[in-house]
Amino acid sequence: MIELKNVTKKFESKKKGHAILALKNVNLTVNQGEIFGVIGYSGAGKSTLVRCVNFLEKPSSGEVIVNGQTLGKLTNDQLRQARQNIGMIFQGFNLLKTANVYDNIAIPLKLTGIPASEIKARVEKYLNIVGLSDKKYVFPNQLSGGQKQRVAIARALSHEPDILLSDEATSALDPETTDSILNLLLKINREFGITILLITHEMHVIQKICDRVAVMENGEIIEQGNVIDVYSDPQTTTTERFVSSIFPSDIPNEIIEELAQRGPIIQLTFVGESADQPALSMLAKKFDIHSNILSGNIVQLKDRPFGKLTAHIQGTKAETDKALHYLIEQGVKVSEVKVNG
Amino acid sequence: MANFFDQIDRWGGLIWQATIETFQMVSISLIISIIIGLPLGILLVITRPNKSYNNKFIYQSLNIVINIIRSIPFIILLFTLLPFTRFIVGTSMGVRGVILPLVVFTAPYIARLMESALLEVDRGVLEAYEAMGIKTRDIIWHVMVREARPSIILGITIAVIGLIGATAMAGLVGAGGLGDVAYRFGHLRYEPEVMYVTIIILIIIIQAIQSIGNVLASRAKKD
Repeated sequence: MIELKNVTKKFESKKKGHAILALKNVNLTVNQGEIFGVIGYSGAGKSTLVRCVNFLEKPSSGEVIVNGQTLGKLTNDQLRQARQNIGMIFQGFNLLKTANVYDNIAIPLKLTGIPASEIKARVEKYLNIVGLSDKKYVFPNQLSGGQKQRVAIARALSHEPDILLSDEATSALDPETTDSILNLLLKINREFGITILLITHEMHVIQKICDRVAVMENGEIIEQGNVIDVYSDPQTTTTERFVSSIFPSDIPNEIIEELAQRGPIIQLTFVGESADQPALSMLAKKFDIHSNILSGNIVQLKDRPFGKLTAHIQGTKAETDKALHYLIEQGVKVSEVKVNG
Repeated sequence: MANFFDQIDRWGGLIWQATIETFQMVSISLIISIIIGLPLGILLVITRPNKSYNNKFIYQSLNIVINIIRSIPFIILLFTLLPFTRFIVGTSMGVRGVILPLVVFTAPYIARLMESALLEVDRGVLEAYEAMGIKTRDIIWHVMVREARPSIILGITIAVIGLIGATAMAGLVGAGGLGDVAYRFGHLRYEPEVMYVTIIILIIIIQAIQSIGNVLASRAKKD
């Protein structure tokens, strides 16, 4: 559906010869019907990446292929046609301040040549989907942030695109509103089969609705895959930091040092079905050890549970080794917790 | 009191006639100036570096020409343009004769005011429309100009007031109008009452225009 091949984007800075590389050889494939998330800290190049997909930003080199069309090879007119099939929503909503909700959706429809007779029906339909039918004649400044984003989503959907790009669409919203917008995006994805490519710096967004994720740093994709795989087995420290942001359970170094003298501290990661196994209590029954839970948390990824449990195992070295071995055999991911640098 | 009515009898017709002339000069030259100034303002915005029709040559030359015209005081512009006006319009007298210099004076001013109004429009909105595959000329008209309307109205209000000031000077080349009456009767013929009356009329007109401008701008804002 969306394919980026070796996309590089250079920004010339004002001083000649100084160029900033916002994207370095990015390769990315978004499949039809999925929700793909790109996460990274600010300045990682996520925004440039998503803007390359509809050519708001033209890549310096590489290819962007959307719906089988190579955007770089299109004429201006063809590019406009292609863009009408790619909806986009923004952090700042970007609505017309001088137009009411109805016109904010109707004007772009009119400008893209939708017949007048159809415009009214479309506006009503998509306002209904985003749940704002009663706000038709209200102006944007009388709406809350979440409502403005709903109007922006209705505006994007009214063109009936195959793809929706989301540029930090929930970053300006409070947690509750964020959740309602994410639910709306999920609904759109499921009901209309619209492929969604979103960028965010919030792990929560990825966790809640994404099927696959790419982690970006310094203009490069450093890790990508199914959300559950990337979460449960992060390969880079950046990804690890993102994952630990949803498990806010740092154990103080003093406690780790003290406990470590009497047995290992282990972190168990549970994915999917293994999340509901009573692993620790089995351990205590089978081996001569005592376990003491230090912290534990379970979160719901899009459709699978994902948990982390930190525990202290007390016992002789031989017994604790056997116990850890048993856990690994059971398909639980085990790692030893060390003092943080 | 009798004196007051005597005065009205004596000067009323003249001042009324002058007010009409001022309105004629202002409205005709305003309309032409907007027709010229608004597109120039748009051109200044879109040919700017990093904008949609980035064109250094057009942007810079337009900038220089506008700055040159704007540096000439109207009274001097008026006399400088006399032969040119006569050549184009056929006369340099009366309301007809003064429209051209008024337009030359006001259009660049309006272009600058439109430029600053249009630059205020949120870049993100323009981008959102670009992302929807909408033609640039539609974006300029239906998004940029539309969103800038409140500032455009305030800008035009400022231009109208400047224009009224300029029409007073146009009296010097025989264009008529309130300024002409005030100057000829008040200054040359020592009839200060006439001057005071024209001043009061001008104050009322300016107050009214500014208030109307403010109201229209805040309506367009939809806040």
